[in-house]
Amino acid sequence: MAKVKIPPVLRQHTGDESEVELEGDTVGAVLEALVSQHPDTRPQLFGEDDELNRFVNVYLNDEDVRVLEGLGTTVSADDTVMILPAMAGG
Amino acid sequence: MEPKSAERGTELEEIPVGRAREEIEAGGIVLLDTREPHEHSAAHIDGCILIPPAMVADNVEQQIPDRSARVIVYCAAGTRSEAAARQMIEMGYEDVANMVGGIAEWQQQGLPVVSEASLTPEQRNRYSRHLLLPEVGADGQVRMLESKVLLLGAGGLGAPTALYLAAAGIGTIGIVDDDVVDASNLQRQVIHDTTRIGQSKTASARQAIEALNPDVEVIEYGTRLDADNVLEIIGAYDVIVDGADNFPTRYLLNDASVRLGKPVVSASILGFDGQISTFVPGEGPCYRCLYPTPPPPELAPSCSANGVLGVMAGVMGLLQANEVIKLVLGIGEPLIGRLLLYEALTTRFTELRVRQDPECPVCGPEAPEIEDLGRFPDYEAFCGGHTGS
Repeated sequence: MAKVKIPPVLRQHTGDESEVELEGDTVGAVLEALVSQHPDTRPQLFGEDDELNRFVNVYLNDEDVRVLEGLGTTVSADDTVMILPAMAGG
Repeated sequence: MEPKSAERGTELEEIPVGRAREEIEAGGIVLLDTREPHEHSAAHIDGCILIPPAMVADNVEQQIPDRSARVIVYCAAGTRSEAAARQMIEMGYEDVANMVGGIAEWQQQGLPVVSEASLTPEQRNRYSRHLLLPEVGADGQVRMLESKVLLLGAGGLGAPTALYLAAAGIGTIGIVDDDVVDASNLQRQVIHDTTRIGQSKTASARQAIEALNPDVEVIEYGTRLDADNVLEIIGAYDVIVDGADNFPTRYLLNDASVRLGKPVVSASILGFDGQISTFVPGEGPCYRCLYPTPPPPELAPSCSANGVLGVMAGVMGLLQANEVIKLVLGIGEPLIGRLLLYEALTTRFTELRVRQDPECPVCGPEAPEIEDLGRFPDYEAFCGGHTGS
């Protein structure tokens, strides 16, 4: 089970959970598990083409999955997947 | 006179002041002052390290571990430094030169020195805790007093940043903000106060800064940063601190700062969470490498809609001030290529890597030449739905 960290702006769609444990061998599979458990997160994470939205940053541990293998990046049980949106508050 | 060390096959190189200056300016050398501490504090050449004559044998290996490094040694007139240089050659240092005539000749030629004399007695007292830090010292304090830092916003982030930069003795602080102080700001914007509700934020911040430290010159910009004024405003500063409250301004600042090669310390806050990174053009990624496109408005609520913990804003603002000081002094490790997240509720810091995006439209290798960029795009349209206010 990989740990998935949910940013505050998405917690209204995960029953206020800030962290969920999910099955999945790849980043894509883990995120699919997330949206099947919490369907309201889908439009925030994925576009109509099922690709990750350009404005959503996803990290595997401390590395952006865009510089790894994107949604195909392999995930191990002790990995942390972090969803990180940009914020503009000052 | 035949140098003694020539017998061992390593000659001591004697170089005149002018040549030493060229090498110092070109960089990549170690400049070693071999005088007593009181002489060093009276006046020294910027960027040197100090090892008093009696300490050379014991301390030089620790302070200059690389024996192949180019080292220029100086003292008052060239005698003690010659002895120290010979001693180093005996110890196996391969590329040591003695600056003939010492700092006396350097000053004779009107070349610049750093001295505590550059600070007034009041300043030596005010900044005494900085002067005690070897990483700051008189050189660093003078550098801070000569530096110019621009704050984008005198709000939740800008307020604490401005206060601490002013206290530290950053000599010129520019503040861009077109808002007025509201009572609802005071829960976190600690530079303003109850008596100044209704005043412009820049005027209120100026009042607080001038009361805290008369060394600081405050320059007010009671406007919003836009495509027409951005280059002129940021062009005059050494470091820009982004505490803007909206995406269009953040992208505009990024694109303009990459164009002008200005470092930006960027933080954002919401609720109990903060993010901070330092973007230095040419040395690391830019804001667009991290966030290629802004999120839709429903995924990026503002602090006025969502709320923000005042204390968390203070933590992030001070992390920004800390980054600024490091950039100005050239010390430590700024957050270049690193994004630091702070969660106030759990008191957790998380560090993520930020890579330079080879396809970045602004700083990537395929980005148009700076001269070809022309006018800036419509940021409000780019940030679809986010407005600059």
